[in-house]
Amino acid sequence: MKKVEAIIQPFKLEDVKDALKAIGVDGMTVTEVRGHGRQKGHKEVYRGQEYHVDLLPKIKLEMVICDNRLEEVLRTVTHAARTGKIGDGKLFVYDVTDAIRIRNDDRGEAAL
Amino acid sequence: MASAETDGNVDARWAALQSTVEAAQSAGDNAWMLVSAALVLMMTGPGLALFYGGLVRKKNVLATMMQSFIMMALATVLWAVVGYSLAFGEGNMFIGDLRYAFLNGVGSEPNPDYSATIPQQTFMVFQLMFAIITPALITGAFAERMKFSAMLLFMTLWLLLVYFPMAHMVWGKGGLLNAFSGGRVPCFDFAGGTVVHITSGVSALVCAVYLGRRKGYPGETMKPHSLVLSVIGACLLWVGWFGFNAGSALSSSALASSAFVATHFGAAAATLGWVIAEWIKSGKPSVLGAVSGAVAGLVAITPAAGFVTPLSALVIGFAAGVVCYFMVTSVKRRFGYDDSLDAFGVHGAGGTLGAILTGVFATSLVNDGLKDASGNPVALGWVDGNAAQVINQSLGVVIAWVLAIVGTLVILKICDILVGLRVHPLHETEGLDLSLHGEEAYNFEA
Repeated sequence: MKKVEAIIQPFKLEDVKDALKAIGVDGMTVTEVRGHGRQKGHKEVYRGQEYHVDLLPKIKLEMVICDNRLEEVLRTVTHAARTGKIGDGKLFVYDVTDAIRIRNDDRGEAAL
Repeated sequence: MASAETDGNVDARWAALQSTVEAAQSAGDNAWMLVSAALVLMMTGPGLALFYGGLVRKKNVLATMMQSFIMMALATVLWAVVGYSLAFGEGNMFIGDLRYAFLNGVGSEPNPDYSATIPQQTFMVFQLMFAIITPALITGAFAERMKFSAMLLFMTLWLLLVYFPMAHMVWGKGGLLNAFSGGRVPCFDFAGGTVVHITSGVSALVCAVYLGRRKGYPGETMKPHSLVLSVIGACLLWVGWFGFNAGSALSSSALASSAFVATHFGAAAATLGWVIAEWIKSGKPSVLGAVSGAVAGLVAITPAAGFVTPLSALVIGFAAGVVCYFMVTSVKRRFGYDDSLDAFGVHGAGGTLGAILTGVFATSLVNDGLKDASGNPVALGWVDGNAAQVINQSLGVVIAWVLAIVGTLVILKICDILVGLRVHPLHETEGLDLSLHGEEAYNFEA
């Protein structure tokens, strides 16, 4: 099993979700996060007080999938989340040692 | 015999008719004044509580709202005990006497010295709402760092030593600055430019300087945690201000309409003034700028509403929007004081500007309440040919500034010695919601 962690632009969430649904990936967890890679931040001004904001709003998608679907999922997410501009985000892949469905104790891939 | 009977009958019917007309006018005036009183209370809670609450950091929003809300209780009790009497009892030209202490004799009968057509109780409760919001305005200057206990003591003393005397001088019978009651220095302050905004704004500056800057200011990020709350608060202030200014006509009259219109026009022009200045200066017209501009305009038109035409209101408002924008940006940065939510930059500066411009634009075409010996309305401001009124207004401004500075310094010193003004630095870091009140505004688990 693999865990894919995708940091994407917030406005791309719907596209990515739809694309994953189209290839049959239903399970995911989504979090609103803030961060930055190489992207520069922006300036905010409140009554003349300037702040440089470099932690930008992003969406973190986490999903655990079977090993044989990994390449397909990575391709789908990158394709759906890409604008070609800086700030599109990143994907990280981890090995997962086990999974348990709380409702009925299913283990491993059966729990996905 | 028959004719005398008829005459008597006519007299009786005439008297009955007259008392019916008076009762109808009284009912109309009283209805508007009760609504106005409620509108002015709405300016403090939730208006100011939301406006200020949105501007602070997430960890201080409840403490900030509490500073406004608690004034609705504290000032009310103080008002009942001595406040109303010290402000509106006859007394001398500086302060009222104790004739209305514990609201003695303040009932359904009108007090013709102030308002002949409404119960004195209505007048009393309307004026109370001003005594609530005025100290609450100051809290913007020391936001995010003052002890709650110190604030309660400060506000109690401030109402007694600064607000009640100032209200008496400007509005009380025989007050030093009361143009309508033979004051030595006749000033026009329709709804509280000096009494409310200069006293609170200038005291706010003294507080900001005396308490010192917030930990980490400037440098650390202290962005408003929710401008959504601030926009809602500002809109409630705008609406509530109709009660504040138009209610200050103390009747449901044409003068109330005039003050209502001037208020609205002042706010509108100031919004544009601030937005345009900011757009040119910093490149973007901010939402916070727009709502701050509206409040600045409402402040500046407060003394003038009820004395000026709608077009003068546009001029006063626009000037206030531009001036206050530079006060809270350039001037504040230049001098480095931490007037955290710009109580001085908006209320002190806007109030001073409005008070002086009232001397320029006040006209007997709008307010003919002052008559000369032969019953003709007297010239009010510069536009009426009475340029000297600008001097009177300036004297009133100086008196309000001096009273606010001296009074606030003395009171801060007393509070500093008795309870200490600032929270512990660790508590300041933790946030006042948790350290002072044991609560959090936005709970993850709930």
